[in-house]
Amino acid sequence: MMERRTAVPFWRDERVLKVLAQIAFVILVLAIGWWALSNYRERGLKFSFSFLDEEASFDLAEGIAFSPTDSYARAFLVGVVNTARVASLGIVFATLLGLVTGIARLSDNWLVSKIASVYIEIVRNTPLLVQLFFLYFAVILKLPQLKMKDEITAITLPGPTYLSNRGLAMPWPRPSESFGSWWPFLVVALVVAVVLWILRARGVQRTGRPSFNLLWVVIAFVTVPVIGWLVAPGNPLALDVPVVKGLRVRGGTVLSPEYVALTLGLVVYTGAFIAEVVRAGILAVPKGQAEAARAQGFTNGQILRLIVLPQALRVIIPPLISQYLNLTKNSSLALGIGFLDLYAVSNTMLNQSGRVVEVFLMIMASYLSMSLTISLIMNIVNRRIQIVER
Amino acid sequence: MAVQSEVLKPPRTEVGLLGWLKKNLFSTWHNALLTIFSMAFIYVVLRGVITWVVRDARWEVVTTNFKVFMIGRYPGKEAWRVLVSLGIVVFLAMLTWVFRRAEGKPRRWLVIGWLLSLPLITILLRGFSRESPFMPLVSEDMWSGVLLTLVLSIVGIGASFPLGVVLALGRRSKLPVVKVLCTVYIETVRGVPLISVLFMSQLMLPLFLPPEIRLGTVMRALTGMTLFSAAYTAENIRGGLAAIPIGQYEAARAVGLNEVLVMGLIVMPQALRAVIPAIVGQFISLFKDTTLVVIVGLLDVLGIAKAVTGQKEFIGLHKEVYAFAAVIFFIFCYTMSYASRRLEQVLGVGER
Repeated sequence: MMERRTAVPFWRDERVLKVLAQIAFVILVLAIGWWALSNYRERGLKFSFSFLDEEASFDLAEGIAFSPTDSYARAFLVGVVNTARVASLGIVFATLLGLVTGIARLSDNWLVSKIASVYIEIVRNTPLLVQLFFLYFAVILKLPQLKMKDEITAITLPGPTYLSNRGLAMPWPRPSESFGSWWPFLVVALVVAVVLWILRARGVQRTGRPSFNLLWVVIAFVTVPVIGWLVAPGNPLALDVPVVKGLRVRGGTVLSPEYVALTLGLVVYTGAFIAEVVRAGILAVPKGQAEAARAQGFTNGQILRLIVLPQALRVIIPPLISQYLNLTKNSSLALGIGFLDLYAVSNTMLNQSGRVVEVFLMIMASYLSMSLTISLIMNIVNRRIQIVER
Repeated sequence: MAVQSEVLKPPRTEVGLLGWLKKNLFSTWHNALLTIFSMAFIYVVLRGVITWVVRDARWEVVTTNFKVFMIGRYPGKEAWRVLVSLGIVVFLAMLTWVFRRAEGKPRRWLVIGWLLSLPLITILLRGFSRESPFMPLVSEDMWSGVLLTLVLSIVGIGASFPLGVVLALGRRSKLPVVKVLCTVYIETVRGVPLISVLFMSQLMLPLFLPPEIRLGTVMRALTGMTLFSAAYTAENIRGGLAAIPIGQYEAARAVGLNEVLVMGLIVMPQALRAVIPAIVGQFISLFKDTTLVVIVGLLDVLGIAKAVTGQKEFIGLHKEVYAFAAVIFFIFCYTMSYASRRLEQVLGVGER
């Protein structure tokens, strides 16, 4: 009997079908895109980024210097810098707050853990924008005025630091003429501290004897600049103290009420989420680890710092990255309370120039590149921590 | 000689209230110190909050505007339609609770009831035509307050579901073009803030649609919400798909099902069941995120709150108004997260 080989018809051949399906898909996507684009063209709109060099002719009162005669590109830069200011400070403080609350949530002390969980539940179950509105309109704008009838009515803290509905004014160090001869000492101090850290860490690994690593590093880092301070002529850094003059504050550094509200709101909100991440991370470390450490005579603080947290970090870091990304994205809510972040500035830009599509592409590109930068840094950290694992 | 032994009771300081106090609050000296600090902290905070709530706050701003908070600009004469819709949902929810363990027929009727309720409620809320004497048109741009918040979040998550399933399947597809395009869409949307997607749907969507199609602001916001949350739904569903053991595919293929049937009958049902808690979590965060429509000028709960603070007779009462808005959201979100925790236990997702 002769073997009959029936050729599979091409409409049932899986290889052909796969290619055809993809071509059909591409055609579909292109067709939708082309249809959308033709609608766009019909409105007589042109796509070009040339408006970026034009004069912006609006003012931005927040962040790096800007005047209405500057270009749109410069305005966008102001926004990017402001977002970076909020996000970087927010990430640092949210991490601290989250770490403390997450640990407090697991405390043996019933009251402490209850306080932490009430905070976490309230914050996680209300929208960030409601919190921001409350913080900005109901708290910060209701602070006392800076000055009334020639008397300072702002909340005055030592420093002097003035907290009023005009924001937070605090002293700030500013470099003077002799700063140039002093900063090399700072560099030397950094190098000495790093070298010392590596050497001592090696020593600990070789001998197994505990050493006060951090203490030595801090001493080195403090003494070298102090010597430099004594050697340098005059004071390299002058403390610029805020002074109330008229209805304004001169000198020091002034954080606007919008900046304070946004950063504080983001810290409180993200802190609660990070607390849950930290708690989950600590719970993921087997109990035997802490018990074994206790059996060897570690104190509670040492157990947390040397045994539990380093292992918990491996679990914590990946969700922590996404919290950092959330914080950065949430900083776009600045628009709601009038802080001039990247998003708010872009919004003014597109209202002024009418370049909707171009500005949105720029917004998306900036947020995506910020997200990528944060993930990149954190992934490097993550890899370093994970390597320790066997 | 038998040794008579008396069973000693545990010392009084180790059991009961005293024991609890000692164990949880005063076990060591630093713990005791912490307790005292915490008590002082609680005292200060509670005293401040309670004196404000009871004595200083002017709640009449909330009581006078209560209806505004709930339905906003929805015409007062037609408010019964919202109440009837609410009644339908509550009735169905109660039935679902009663028959939660039932299989077969009652369950099928429940599903049909829920499916029917959607068009019914839409008709109830929207009405017929502008001139109609009975149930005149209330266009969705008039919906506001809690009503709008609920509509935005429920429709947002519901409409994002089919799109999310398609995107998740696309991202897992073996066809490189489909995979790349779906991945790019998901990652781009997840990488940008919701507010930019909302603005884009307000400003850019009309530019790319033919001039004949005019969408109201609420519809545009809904489109933005859906496109945004679809990317997150897709990632959740992808997680569920990844959790299905490969043996399930192989067994289904061996029985003779084709690719579509394997997905539709075997893999997808299991995957969707596994991601229910994640979807509930996403719903809660979408519910909170609906507040962002304030920034594009819609009047959801927060938008109404903002408008109320501008009323002449209640000027400067931001604290009361925003606290009330926060309480509304807290009640909804806390109930939902509690329910989702229970659901997780019932489904036993954590255990498998």
